[in-house]
Amino acid sequence: MLKYLLKRIGLLVPTFIGITIVCFAVIHLAPGEPTDMQTELNPNITPEAIEQLKHHYGLDKPLTVQYFVWMKNLAKLDFGRSISSDARPVWEKIKERMPITIYINISSMIIIFIVAIPLGVISAVRRGSITDRSITVFVFIGFSIPGFWLALICMDFLGVRLGLLPISGIHSPGYEQMNFLARVWDITRHLTLPVVISAFGALAGLSRYMRSSMLEIIRQDYILTARAKGLSERTVIYKHAMRNALLPVITILGLSIPGLIGGSVIFESIFSIPGLGKLFYDGIMMRDYNLIMGSLTIGAVLTLLGNLIADIAYSMADPRIRAS
Amino acid sequence: MELLRKLIALIFISCLIVACSRDNHKEVVPVEQTGETQPAYGDILVDSSIGDASNLIPMLASDSASHEVAGFVYNGLVKYDKDYNIVPDLAQSWDIENDGKLLRFHLRKNVTWHDGEKFDAHDVMFTYKTIIDPKTPTAYAGKYKLVKQARLIDDYTIEFTYDKPLAPALISWGSLQMLPEHLLQGKDITTSALTRMPVGTGPFKFKSWKTGANIVLETNENYFDGKPYILGINYRIIPDQNTQFMELKAGNIDIMGLSPLQYLRQTDQPGFQKMYARYKYLADGYTYLGFNLKRSPFDNYRIRQAMAYAIDKEEIIKGVLLGLGEEATGPYKPGTPWYNPGVARYPYDPQKALSILKEFGYDDHDGDGIVDKNGKPFSFSIITNQGNPLREKTAQIIQQRLKIVGIEVKIRIIEWTVFLKEYVDRGNFDAVILGWNILQDPDLYNVWHSSNAVKGGLNFVGYKDPEVDDLLEKGRHTFDFDQRRKCYFRIQEIMADQQPYVFLYVPYSLPVVSARFKGIKPAPAGITYNLEKWYVPLHLQKYQLIP
Repeated sequence: MLKYLLKRIGLLVPTFIGITIVCFAVIHLAPGEPTDMQTELNPNITPEAIEQLKHHYGLDKPLTVQYFVWMKNLAKLDFGRSISSDARPVWEKIKERMPITIYINISSMIIIFIVAIPLGVISAVRRGSITDRSITVFVFIGFSIPGFWLALICMDFLGVRLGLLPISGIHSPGYEQMNFLARVWDITRHLTLPVVISAFGALAGLSRYMRSSMLEIIRQDYILTARAKGLSERTVIYKHAMRNALLPVITILGLSIPGLIGGSVIFESIFSIPGLGKLFYDGIMMRDYNLIMGSLTIGAVLTLLGNLIADIAYSMADPRIRAS
Repeated sequence: MELLRKLIALIFISCLIVACSRDNHKEVVPVEQTGETQPAYGDILVDSSIGDASNLIPMLASDSASHEVAGFVYNGLVKYDKDYNIVPDLAQSWDIENDGKLLRFHLRKNVTWHDGEKFDAHDVMFTYKTIIDPKTPTAYAGKYKLVKQARLIDDYTIEFTYDKPLAPALISWGSLQMLPEHLLQGKDITTSALTRMPVGTGPFKFKSWKTGANIVLETNENYFDGKPYILGINYRIIPDQNTQFMELKAGNIDIMGLSPLQYLRQTDQPGFQKMYARYKYLADGYTYLGFNLKRSPFDNYRIRQAMAYAIDKEEIIKGVLLGLGEEATGPYKPGTPWYNPGVARYPYDPQKALSILKEFGYDDHDGDGIVDKNGKPFSFSIITNQGNPLREKTAQIIQQRLKIVGIEVKIRIIEWTVFLKEYVDRGNFDAVILGWNILQDPDLYNVWHSSNAVKGGLNFVGYKDPEVDDLLEKGRHTFDFDQRRKCYFRIQEIMADQQPYVFLYVPYSLPVVSARFKGIKPAPAGITYNLEKWYVPLHLQKYQLIP
């Protein structure tokens, strides 16, 4: 087991370096440079000023040198400074947007699991019934409605017309003066729409997955045995069948770890939430190399860790994997 | 099953509870009803912006949000007034001597920085030295590098000498926002605390900045030009225009710029007009169709004229701006002193376009609906950048109109950076649709002088005309208003004749401001030029600034 673990971890290092090289190459292949935002179509710019800006950010050095400088800094856990006009450390920019992004992703994931799993189970148990069909229609409506459109409609109805929910942002004015409970309440109210609407769109996938997994399990012999023992239908479904059907779903949960720091540009823009999605998107549009590399590195590390955890979990659950 | 039902019911109910609680944390403070409309101190302006600021040291930032916020915090030595005359700001007067080669500023003596330190000529010297410092990553050093010598006369007098008289030099000291020497001396400006917590001399002081959410400014009690009436500005960052508009309708923001559609169709209800006052004036920018003058047949000015005749500008203004714009005839804004109203115009006339085309051998010889010459059909592509629906629509309307005279147009929409780097900078295009800002100073040397028709230069269409070159140089180095105007009037005549661009339209700016704000006086410079003089009568005040 220990040998297997060491081998897996040992493989991570070259994989990680490979990822950074590919990312670095790809973002430099895209036309344009970080300094373009300041220099292009600017009537006040002079050629000397362009050179000076490039020199300031080290963009006049060969690509390989730039990569090694970046790698050397990374070894010291330094992502460098953003190559935009604010020149702040990349880590600081990512750090300040991380909590809200993770908070939204975790809450919407919780909602998705709480709602989608029962929906999937009901659909499977009552396969072909009106309930099953209504659930199918409901989740596919969520899947096919454009999220931004639904968001705008809800904002207009609940925010502007009825005045029940805040329209955008994450804090009300005067947030600093609130006590802890009032703050939690304020944030919850602001995030209700974004979280619920993004969860609505993702119900279809998981509930379908749950449904098919459940359908397969119900056909198994041990379910027949359970029923033959004279157990109540509830015990059969929720104790014997659902536990087994949940296993593959839990794998999905493991694989969504890197998704926790990914944000949706569209939702963040519509609800004016200062999250990581918009930061990363703007970074790409402005060719902010250090910021892009920083985000990609964090994403890569989380993905690799997620895979590693999944592998370990599998090997613990299934001796066959360990043996090979 | 029972458990499940309870669970679903619970989720549903908790959603309802969350949804149904009314907003009880509003910062609105009930104010006595007195009915008076005298200027009064108090209230906050909630402004909105599509983008967050990036850096509040203006010379380091290149985005409009940073400059807008910094504009309230800092001052230059001079500024434009509502009619675009140059008036004193931090300098109370100035002398122009030696045929315009020497500028001497006499500074105000009663100005303090927001932290209480005195402002004097050393700060001006420091700011000047910072912007020309090669270590400062700024895109704006160009004009200040032309200064041959800067000299401190005393604590409140400073003079700058130039090699040649430079007409835009005076106002360049207005766009250079003065920085505090005592806070920046000897420090790396790019990592200074002032990039996120500016200290200036302006009417508003910096209070707080939550990245991606809002920036709060509060009134500067000691502002040299009188304390502003409003207590502060809450600058909210709302990246989506629809969201901004909903916040506006809900009364949560006080000022925003409307799109033509919002102006005409969504804000004309009496309820809205009671809450907000709408304004309309020409924006400082124009949109154009620019030709690659190095490529045939665009190198022929008669062909360009034919296209100008074939394009219906009125139709573009109606289709794209819903009529909320004016025809552009040159690079200046109609109604300003630099605008020449008497230049050649090109009213929509497809017959004339056809006859010019025929004159140069373009005719539909093979009967396929496209004019051709020597067996080659007249077909070209118009490129523009992604993310600007107005330009995309403009391209489509032009495509339709040119088809009528038998010219085939293909449209390509390209991502901004790629568009600039791969196409515009390299001259790798037939025609582009783009826009320029109209600056208050008429100097257009960088855009039209033949020396800028190089790779990466702003004269990317490759316009070269010796007379325009001479006039641009003369206009730059002439201080006399009438003589200067003569230069730029002539330039407009030549350009109207030669049509290096088909100048298309100048759109209207369509801001709305909450009706409780009084003292707004629309002028050529817009409405926000006197923001520190806006006020809210006591009985209409809505917000309090919480310390």
